Amino acid sequence: MSAGRIDPMEQFHVAPLTRPIHLGAFDISFTNSALFMVIVGGLLAVLVSGGLKRQLVPGRWQALVEMMVGFIDNMVGTSIGKGGKKFAPYIFSLFFFILISNLVGVLPLAIVPGLHTFAVTSHITVTAVLAFFSFAIVLVVGFAKHGLKFFSLFVPHGAPAWLMPVIIPVEFVSFMVRPFSLGLRLFVAMTAGHILLEVFGSFVVQGLNAGGALGPVVAILSFIMIVGVSALELLVCAIQAYVFALLTSLYLHDAVHLH
Amino acid sequence: MPQLSQISEIYASQLFWLAIVFALIYFGIGKAMVPKIERTIDDRDARISGDIAAAAAARDTARADEERYQAGLDTARAQASKAVAEAKASATAQAETALKAGDAAAATRLAEATQAVASAKQTAVSEIETATVEAVESILAKLSGVTVDRARIEQQVKAELAHG
Repeated sequence: MSAGRIDPMEQFHVAPLTRPIHLGAFDISFTNSALFMVIVGGLLAVLVSGGLKRQLVPGRWQALVEMMVGFIDNMVGTSIGKGGKKFAPYIFSLFFFILISNLVGVLPLAIVPGLHTFAVTSHITVTAVLAFFSFAIVLVVGFAKHGLKFFSLFVPHGAPAWLMPVIIPVEFVSFMVRPFSLGLRLFVAMTAGHILLEVFGSFVVQGLNAGGALGPVVAILSFIMIVGVSALELLVCAIQAYVFALLTSLYLHDAVHLH
Repeated sequence: MPQLSQISEIYASQLFWLAIVFALIYFGIGKAMVPKIERTIDDRDARISGDIAAAAAARDTARADEERYQAGLDTARAQASKAVAEAKASATAQAETALKAGDAAAATRLAEATQAVASAKQTAVSEIETATVEAVESILAKLSGVTVDRARIEQQVKAELAHG
């Protein structure tokens, strides 16, 4: 970021904050990414524990937390249906971990020198783990509940028999692609949004530094774009978290009910 | 793109810390706090629906009481008006009987009085006749010294009195 060169990728850089920690052959140093995971977990813990007062008439905080829980229960109830209640804690953890990670990532705290928020969910190493973990739960639940009948998931109802040689491979591939699309979607959406914000931000700085007549115009237009893109990013934060949780519950529906 | 170029050096750290944080979130929040909040919501919903049911039951009881009260009121009113009608009828009948008896008594007394008046008049008229005849006889005797047949005077007086 020296001499006016602003690297929009620098914000995704992961660096150890402490001395490197090794576990066997693995490097498990506490990085800035790990720090923001802990921050997200702490924020969520503070938020939810504030709603534990169990009053008959809820205060604002309790009403908010009950709304969050009710939202997840409702999604689980409609998407998974009967027998989905036991997945509510997982969907709750998933949705709010992703949502708060996304929101913390777009906090404009970089205006304070030296402070730079980090979007945990802009890393494929995080989103892929969450996606494959969800996929693993689907497989475990599906095989535990239905045994080998779980493979009937690849045989759609009502399709003519002569189409089966085509449909079953297609269904199988689309099933196996699920974790990749789940993880990639969140990673790409968050990364793209952050790059866009950073690029427009660098336009503002470079426009102001360039001088001349055109420079400030570019800077002002870019700043207006940042405002718009930030609003859009807030929407994307919520939508991506919702999509991740909703798709996970729909996949769990398949595992519990087979179709 | 650090997400891809750094993978080989950071994947273990990312996985390790994500596993720890997500496990803490899942067991500390999802498993421990969320069910409590769900129970709070369920308890409140149960209490609200219980209260509504109790209120509905109380309303039904009140409505039944009201109906019973109205029915009792109607019965009492019907009984009262029946009693009033009976009392009125018996009073009217008594009054009529008494009136009839009174009328009869009055008529009897009227007849007796009329008879008494008539007989008194008769007596008075015959006394007047007698007195007139005697007066005429004495006047005749004093003025003319004629003794007239008493029967003739009586006849004459009767005729004059009848003319008025």
